[in-house]
Amino acid sequence: MIRPLRPLTTFTSPPGAAAPPTGVKIAVTGLDFFYSQKQALSAITTDLQANIVTAFIGPSGCGKSTFLRTLNRMNDIIPGARVEGQILIDGHDIYHPGTDVVDLRRRVGMVFQKSNPFPKSIFENVAYGLRVNGITRNRGELEGRVEDSLKAAAIWDEVKDRLSESALMLSGGQQQRLCIARALAIQPEILLMDEPASALDPIATQRIEELIYQLKTTYTIVIVTHNMQQAARVSDRTAFFWLGRLVESGPTEQIFTSPTEKLTEDYVTGRFG
Amino acid sequence: MTAGARRLAGDRLLQTLSILVLALSLVALMTLLYDVWSDGWQRLDWRFLTSNPSRRAAAAGIYPALVGSFYVLLVTAALSLPLGIGAAVYLEEYGGGGRWARLIEINIANLAGVPSIIYGLLGLSVFVRVFGWGPSVLAGGATLALLALPVVILSTREALRTVPMSAREGSYALGATQWQTIWHQVLPSAFPGILTGLILAMSRAIGETAPLITIGALAYIDFTPTSVMSPFTVLPIQVYNWVSRPQAAFAENAAAGIIVLLVLLLTLNSVAVVLRDRIQKARA
Repeated sequence: MIRPLRPLTTFTSPPGAAAPPTGVKIAVTGLDFFYSQKQALSAITTDLQANIVTAFIGPSGCGKSTFLRTLNRMNDIIPGARVEGQILIDGHDIYHPGTDVVDLRRRVGMVFQKSNPFPKSIFENVAYGLRVNGITRNRGELEGRVEDSLKAAAIWDEVKDRLSESALMLSGGQQQRLCIARALAIQPEILLMDEPASALDPIATQRIEELIYQLKTTYTIVIVTHNMQQAARVSDRTAFFWLGRLVESGPTEQIFTSPTEKLTEDYVTGRFG
Repeated sequence: MTAGARRLAGDRLLQTLSILVLALSLVALMTLLYDVWSDGWQRLDWRFLTSNPSRRAAAAGIYPALVGSFYVLLVTAALSLPLGIGAAVYLEEYGGGGRWARLIEINIANLAGVPSIIYGLLGLSVFVRVFGWGPSVLAGGATLALLALPVVILSTREALRTVPMSAREGSYALGATQWQTIWHQVLPSAFPGILTGLILAMSRAIGETAPLITIGALAYIDFTPTSVMSPFTVLPIQVYNWVSRPQAAFAENAAAGIIVLLVLLLTLNSVAVVLRDRIQKARA
């Protein structure tokens, strides 16, 4: 278990913001997203529940990754990107001008499609988030948190004897679990995963999926995937995107067995995409 | 001849031509090196490196010029490295895309091509006169730093651009600020490239004569600089001074001086290559 270190900070929010309905972690209303002139998301409205896994599915270019990246404002670093609409996390508007983006990203962790460990040692990769956020300077505490995070990401046993070796020496699957450990180290509440297993072999993929299953008791997880079997295996709820729109969302079983939209049915039965 | 055979012949012709062109430039370089070496090698000894210049060619050495070059280069590196990296980081990471940034970019690219004597004139009026530094090591180093800056800025920007987006994203996603991301991820990754650019700029600076003559560096000197405010001379000026004398013995000194300068340059470049490879390996 990761031991708590400090109370989680809250966002600045407009006074009188409504309390979120129970169980809703992220509430999105009328979200539009533009890359310069090109509109990538239109009128997305949805609620994402706490402590479950939500999967985003849809064909390439449908906007599912873009949507994921609006949730921790990762798109901010893309020149010309523009967001309209509202995203509330725990009732606080993350695009409100007073929002501390750095703190938002600390609370909303992210794992990328292509594993991107820093060219540093395994230990330093996990310690990085703790250092830059000034969470702890105490060596013993740092070591404890790194160990806890590596254990939580189910990679501790494979790396415990070589923490000072370069992270780039690890296999692809290990690198990805290291990136998950790195994200967990700063104790986020939400974990965004952008096709975390798309570059991995079946065994490594299975390990990531098992890990997601274990992590959902502690974290709210949102995963983008190309792989519909994977969505069916790991997620509790599924949202289907098509051409920048959210076509349908609901319990995963329902989306895959009795979707209400014809488009969803065509996609999940493999008629296109 | 069939079409296929003709294509083959054309291929071979071009190959021969390019080898010839390469050989031509190599021969020119070798001739130059041989000429300098055959003129200067007898003069090369420990005494030549450690003696002051003299009116008697046989007793003259390059010690003050060698030390002067070293000091001036230190000042140049100390000034152009932080300024150049800082400017490049701003242009590449912060200022990106604006009209001002683009105007500055174009100007920097142009500055890299300005004749070096212009920098000498600027150094003379600003560092020597307005700042009152006189024809000192500091003024010389600062003038060469101006000359080196565009090269450092351009090569640093190139190096910053090669740092993959995924490294930056990984850092931002962990709640790092932009400055933390630049300091901990971007600059270390770009460092080998930045170092290469710096060494290239230093190699250019070490061979410069015109701007230093313009600011009033001495041609004859029989002491080594004791502080950054001391007057100084550098290797190319010493060489120039010897070349312009009528006696054949001084021409030999000049050739020997050129050899020393070349060895210094090669050493500098090899150190850069070794350092870069070490850092790259350490990070892999």
